[in-house]
Formats: sequence, C-alpha cells, structure tokens
Amino acid sequence: MAADHLTVSLSRRVTNGAMKALCTVAAVFASSMLLLLLGYVLVNGIRYVNWEFLTTLPKPLGEEGGGMANAFVGSFIMVGLASVWSIFVGIGTGVYLAEYAGQRTGPSIRFIADVLTGMPSVVIGIFGYAMLVVPMGTFSALAGAFSLGVITLPIIARTTEENLRLVPRELREASLALGIQRWRTIVSIVVPTAGAGLTTGAMIVVARAMGETAPLIFTALGNRFWAESLTSPTAALTLNIFQYAVSPYDQWHQQAWAASFFLLAIVLVLNVGARALAGQALRR
Amino acid sequence: MQAANAITSKSLGALPGQAALNSGRVDPARRVAASTEAITQRPVTSAVATVEAANLPSAVSIQDLNAWYGQHLAIRDVTLEIPDRRITAIIGPSGCGKTTLLRCINRMHEVVPGARASGRVVVHGRDILAPGVDPVAVRRRIGMVFQRPNPFPTMSIFDNVAAGLKLVGGVSRSEIQDRVEHSLKRAALWDEVRDKLRQPGTALSGGQQQRLCIARALAVNPEVLLLDEPASALDPIASLRIEDLVRELSAEVTSVIVTHNMQQAARVSDYTAFMLAGEERVGQLIEFGPTQRMFTNPTDPRTDAYITGRFG
Repeated sequence: MAADHLTVSLSRRVTNGAMKALCTVAAVFASSMLLLLLGYVLVNGIRYVNWEFLTTLPKPLGEEGGGMANAFVGSFIMVGLASVWSIFVGIGTGVYLAEYAGQRTGPSIRFIADVLTGMPSVVIGIFGYAMLVVPMGTFSALAGAFSLGVITLPIIARTTEENLRLVPRELREASLALGIQRWRTIVSIVVPTAGAGLTTGAMIVVARAMGETAPLIFTALGNRFWAESLTSPTAALTLNIFQYAVSPYDQWHQQAWAASFFLLAIVLVLNVGARALAGQALRR
Repeated sequence: MQAANAITSKSLGALPGQAALNSGRVDPARRVAASTEAITQRPVTSAVATVEAANLPSAVSIQDLNAWYGQHLAIRDVTLEIPDRRITAIIGPSGCGKTTLLRCINRMHEVVPGARASGRVVVHGRDILAPGVDPVAVRRRIGMVFQRPNPFPTMSIFDNVAAGLKLVGGVSRSEIQDRVEHSLKRAALWDEVRDKLRQPGTALSGGQQQRLCIARALAVNPEVLLLDEPASALDPIASLRIEDLVRELSAEVTSVIVTHNMQQAARVSDYTAFMLAGEERVGQLIEFGPTQRMFTNPTDPRTDAYITGRFG
C-alpha cells in the first residue's frame, strides 16, 4: 500500500508523456512553418534575381526583363521618412512615459499606444488616405511615410519606455547628485545608457515598416515609373509583390518572387543585426 | 568648561560658528573634540542632541528636520550641527533613517516620488530647504557618493570625472583637463588610471570604481561630501583605501559618512551621530558627539547598547 503512494501511477505517466509530446509537436510544427517559408521564398526567388532586376524600371507588359529599381528606392524613401518622424516622436513619447508621466497620464498614454499597436494596418492606411491623400489631392510618398510611421510610432514609444526603465536608478541619482539638471541627465546619461536597446528597437521597427503593404495601398498607391517627387504616387516593394503576384502573367509572378526574396533578405538582415546588437549590449 | 558651552542647537537663534565661518575658517586642533568628554550626565531626549562642538564652525546646520516617504514619517525632529572640515559618521541599525538624513542634506531625498522634508538645513547661512532654492545648485556644492559604485557605463574614465563639468558647461576644455587630473589625484586613483583615461570606467575594479565616483564628485569642487555607505560593497582592502582617502580629504572637505560598520565609524570619523528608529519605524537622532567619547563613554544607554553590540 505504502509503495503505491510513492511510485508514479501509470495514468500520470501517460498524461505527462502525452502533454510533452503534444507540445513538442507544436514547437516542431511552428518552427518548420517558419523554415519552410524562408526556404520556399529564398529558393523560388533567387532564381529570378539578377542585376537588371535591381537597376531598371519595369518593362511594359509583354517585353522580357525589366526590374523594380523604382520600388526599391520608393520603399527606402518611405521607410526612411517614416522612421525619422516616428523614431523622433516615439522616443520623445517613451521618455515622457518613463521619466515624466504621472499616475494618471502614464497609464492612459500607455493604453493608447498599446491599442494603436494592435490596430489593423489597413485601417491605418485608410486613415492616411483621409488625413493626407484627400486634402493634398494626390497619392504620395509623404502619405505613405505618414501611414507607416503611425504603425511604428507606438512600438517605438513602448520599446523606448521599457529600455529606459532598465537604466538603474543609481545612474540617474549619480548624475542628479553632481548638480546636473534633470533634462541633461536624461539626454546625456539615461538615453545613451539605454542606447543599444533603443537602436535594437529601432531596427526591428524599420524591418516592420519595410514589410507593411496595407498602409501603402491607399497612400503611396504604386507607380510603374520613377516618382517625380515626394508628392506623387510612389512604388514600393510590398505593393509590387501584391500587384505582381495577383496578376495572371508568369513573368510578373517571377518578379514577385524575386522581390519577396529581397524583402525577406532586408528584413532578416535588420532583425539579425538587431539581435547581434542586443547581445552585445548584454555582454557589456 | 566645555560643558558650559554645550548647548542644544534647538535653542539656537543664530548659527553657532557662523560668524567665524564668514570671517574666515577657524581650525582648532582636532584633539579638542576628544578632550570634551567631561560633560554633564544629563538625560538626552531623542529630539535634542547635545552639540559639544559648539566652538567649532559648522558646515551644515540641520534644524528640526522631518522627512517623509509618502505618508510614512522616516525621520523626526533631527537637529544636528555638522562641523566644518571634519568627518561626521552617522551610525545606527538598518532602517533608522541614516541614509534619509544624508539625502536631505543635498536635496536628493525629494528625488524619490512622494518624498518630502520639512525643517531647516542651513549651509553657509542659507536654508537649502527653503522655497525658491534650486536643488541643482545645492547639489553642485554638496556632492554625494553612493553605496554601490555607479560610474556612467557609456563614458570613459576621463569623461566620468569630467561629467559634472561638461554637462553643466561654462568650463573650458583646458580647465576640464586640469580638474580631472587634480580630482583623480585627490581620489588617489591617478597613478592607476593615468595611462588608460580613455577606457570605460566600468572596466575598473570595484574599489577603483568607487574612487572614480569620489573623483567625479570632487571634480565640481563641493564644500561638503556625503558618503552613503561608500565601502559596503567593497572588499576589506578596498574599503580601507576608501577610509584613508576620506581621512585625507577631510582637510579640505566636510564629509558626512553613513555606515553600518561601527569599526569604520570609529576609525574614520571625528564626530559620530547615532540614530535609532523607534515605534512606527520613525528614525530619530539619539546622540551626537566626538567619536572617541561616543565610543568610550556614551551618554545615552541606547547608544551604549548599540556600540557594545547588544542590538542592531
């Protein structure tokens, strides 16, 4: 009798085993999906990658060759502009949340930022359309950059706040005790100390903006030629992938694969770079 | 003779020794303090500490200081004269308000959300707790060294020491050079770091980091240096070096050192203040006097009990 209480019962062993097996299967399934996706895009895409794809404009339908140079440039311009304004405002918001916010303002701004983070990107695209495209009377890179920034802004704000909170109180106090003003302490001591974390966050956010499609549909629209200015319709990699992939032409499908390959490569480099930076910061 | 001089600072209208301070530094031999043991054995109430050193100019005069964290009263009615260019130790068991008292002297107390203080902390005739006084200006004159070494991790050794000068501005590049070197020398660190001023401050050993923090505090030329258990995170050798350093500095700077370690207080300080938290964890000043007398012939039975190790 007593021995029965001390040995693990068969049913418990079975339940334990089944649970472990289920979770293992889930984990293997999840990672295989990611690896399959990567492998599929890389294998399919790399076949159609060539120098012309990177450097020339799309050819008219029916003609062989042509590339997406304008889409690369358009994506970089819009992501760049979006990053500049959203990183600027986002870091400001994060500093406010971490350093200045009171008992009431803090949680409400944090709540708004979290809701905005979860907002469907297509809605943000429509918002960009209403805010900029309609009043300006034209689709534009500016409107695209605005919409992308609205997506990245709350993420940057929250990442900044979290990273600033990791800076030890002792460092702030050391600075204040030297008779260094509060704002100076934040700008010259707190933010640089969190620097690696902020850079990591920014890189991840740039990668995120790089991959967004929906916010650009109603704002940048796309363009088969070079955009004349920041206030004219502008091509983007994601827009081209969407447009080319749903087309009935084989040649366009191939170019969509090639564009996906580059998009994935850019996003991967940014993410891996961010991880490397974060790892370096940890070691320090 | 000294007993007649012994006055409770609570009864003071003007500051003792303030005239002397303004008319130039008085510098009686340190021994005077030790010879003032013949005091009357009168009971000392916790709120009023006897200042036996009334003939010494005081650098900081604390009067009826109360400090709160939110609703919690952390220290009550502390009145204390901190002698100029001497080392004053604040001892007492954990939670008795030593650090709170220290942080009131350079208005770092209020940095904690919800914290506030009332009373007077007079430095050279100015009540630094008075409305309108800029805490930033106060902290430039009253430096602080913390429990754990906290050099700025993104800065080199040089930049750490220069931080207080650079980030406030108004000091020329060449003067910063001179002040950094001078401060590192005063902090007895120059010989160890002179060849690696560009290396990060966090690459130094714990004891060196703490001396770096002392150099950083000295670089802005404070009149008073507050040390909050500066050696508690260090090994015994590094700890002794900090003590030696504080002793050397006392010729020029008034030092107030909070310590858990009674031997350290006995070794390093000229004066000792003993604090104790009573009911409701409210810290009070129990007794203040020359260190030697405090450790050999304390007036208050609670001081005696603490220094002989019966509690704490």
